[in-house]
Amino acid sequence: MAVITMRDALNQALREELHRDGDVFLMGEEVAEYQGAYKVTKGLLQEFGPKRVIDTPITELGFAGLGVGAAMVGLRPIVEFMTFNFSILATDQIINSAAKMLYMSGGQFKIPIVFRGPGGSAFQVSSQHSQALESWYAYFPGLKVVMPSTPADAKGLLKSAIRDDDPVIFIEQERMYGYKGEVPEDEDFIIPLGVADVKREGKDATIVARSLMVPAALKAAEELEKQGLSCEVIDPRTIRPLDIDTIIKSVKKTNRVVVAEESHPFCGVAAEISAEITERAFDYLDAPVRRVSGIDVPMPYAKNLENLAIPGFAQIVEAVREVAYL
Amino acid sequence: MDVTADRSTGARKSEQKARLQGLDRETLIGLYYQMLLCRRFEEKSAESYSAGKIGGFCHLYIGQEAVAVGAISAIRSDDYVLTSYRDHAHALAKGMSPESVMAELYGKAGGCSGGKGGSMHMFDKDVNFLGGHAIVGGQIPLATGVAFASKYQGTDKVTLCFFGEAAVNQGAFHESLNMAQLWKLPCIYICENNQYGMGTSLERAMSLQDISQKACAYEIAGEFVDGMDVLAVREATGRAVERARQQSLPTLLEVRTYRFMGHSMSDPGKYRTRAEIEKHQERDPLKLFSETLKETETMSENEFAEMDKKVRAEVAEALRFADESPEPDPEELYTNVYANPIGRNAADE
Repeated sequence: MAVITMRDALNQALREELHRDGDVFLMGEEVAEYQGAYKVTKGLLQEFGPKRVIDTPITELGFAGLGVGAAMVGLRPIVEFMTFNFSILATDQIINSAAKMLYMSGGQFKIPIVFRGPGGSAFQVSSQHSQALESWYAYFPGLKVVMPSTPADAKGLLKSAIRDDDPVIFIEQERMYGYKGEVPEDEDFIIPLGVADVKREGKDATIVARSLMVPAALKAAEELEKQGLSCEVIDPRTIRPLDIDTIIKSVKKTNRVVVAEESHPFCGVAAEISAEITERAFDYLDAPVRRVSGIDVPMPYAKNLENLAIPGFAQIVEAVREVAYL
Repeated sequence: MDVTADRSTGARKSEQKARLQGLDRETLIGLYYQMLLCRRFEEKSAESYSAGKIGGFCHLYIGQEAVAVGAISAIRSDDYVLTSYRDHAHALAKGMSPESVMAELYGKAGGCSGGKGGSMHMFDKDVNFLGGHAIVGGQIPLATGVAFASKYQGTDKVTLCFFGEAAVNQGAFHESLNMAQLWKLPCIYICENNQYGMGTSLERAMSLQDISQKACAYEIAGEFVDGMDVLAVREATGRAVERARQQSLPTLLEVRTYRFMGHSMSDPGKYRTRAEIEKHQERDPLKLFSETLKETETMSENEFAEMDKKVRAEVAEALRFADESPEPDPEELYTNVYANPIGRNAADE
């Protein structure tokens, strides 16, 4: 297996799927000639040409809707948002068109579209460029929401998302584009949507973490191991539909849960997971479900403040100790 | 542009005959039939709404028939149509059955969208009618994408995108026309300027009110059309279709029309006078075209009466079908949220 970066893993997934299916095309700001604002689409214009890899004007609502319309009549668009912060401009088309078309047409028009790009924090890009919007999109029936945390997951999940016949919100993380990991080279390697991954097995506490918080959770688990606590780390990978069964199975084993996320706590994904755990496994809990979330403020610019706003492995360690009553 | 100018009968008659040249009798009668069907259908929808058989919003197209019918008569069956929530007539003109549209209005299983869409969301894949969209202007980027796909797929299909003049103020309009001309997309943007966005007149909403002039902002071909004249609409659309098919270029048509009913069935209509409505009713598109057909002896009085009988029977059949169609199965609440239901979504279905 090759060891490659998250960025290259995503690039491979795009390349392979563009090869595999002529109906797949890619569009977004700077995806073609600039080689991608984050270089995720590097080399694709050269390989596939301007018909399949398209630079758009700065017109998120317009090109998101254009993608949905193209999907209505048989194409499989991949629409890149340079960051998901800019997707906010496109939400009318994502939510009112993409998410609802199949339902309100009585099953006639499916929308096999992928909206992808980085979400969450970067490095000092301030409040308008640092938002984690997965709980917004996960709210809507009709959308699927995916967040990979490793290069292998990124590749396998993106390929699945592109092959999926529903609108998928595929949220990458800018801080993680450079992370390396083993990735299978088989072109048929895909990871199904809706399946969580146990990233580390353990028996004393469950840490549910996604995206940027997965490495932090794994580091916390290592630290806690030294302190005598064995933690199981679960990465949902797909936020909607959520593989709650894998999480519940773990909770029934460990009886203690911490859910970690970089997003704000209020109405966040961890709130949803917490509610579902309480509904389904209340009798198995030895402590309330504890969330570790980003601070409930817009993201500040100053480096020290930004570091305070985003949780790290230390906060996760503290939270696990809390639910273990240590 | 004053479209209500008087003309002498003689000049008018020969002008009318000239207009009809090239169109066979069947086509002409077909145009009138379609408009009449839309008119009678909408009249009955209003009655059914008042009787509580149709719920929610119901936006009627009465007065604007020449636009949908004229424009759609200029395209092929494999071309695409998208429009707003005022979509019943476009649906019928594109070839959907009155039964499936009325049953959808009634929220029944026999409706084109299985009762899951309602008045604002008529869809029919078989006749390439792509909705039925309720957010003002939401259909404009969608239609642009449909046109994009047609070109990508190497076909010469065109897409008609209907919207009201108030939608022109939405950013989505601007973004779409820019991309359509930039990328040379075969999309025909038909602005049905009925001069009111709900209760707000054009003058109160728009700085540059000459909508066809806005085309120059995108280097797009633009044309102004008298929307009460079904042949004028058909001809202008035909030119735009030619441009789209031959050159893969978009067009913006400003089609001036007028709606005789309110914005929707809930509209008390206090923003315009009875006198204004009646003035526009003098140019009722059905009245204008029937006069043309009579003056050119294309149809006789008798034939008009027969046709009205036939159309009313067709609408009555649609009402009966809608009444008798069952409500959707409760399980339908959960179906078609996803094309690929996975995990717990699969379990729900």
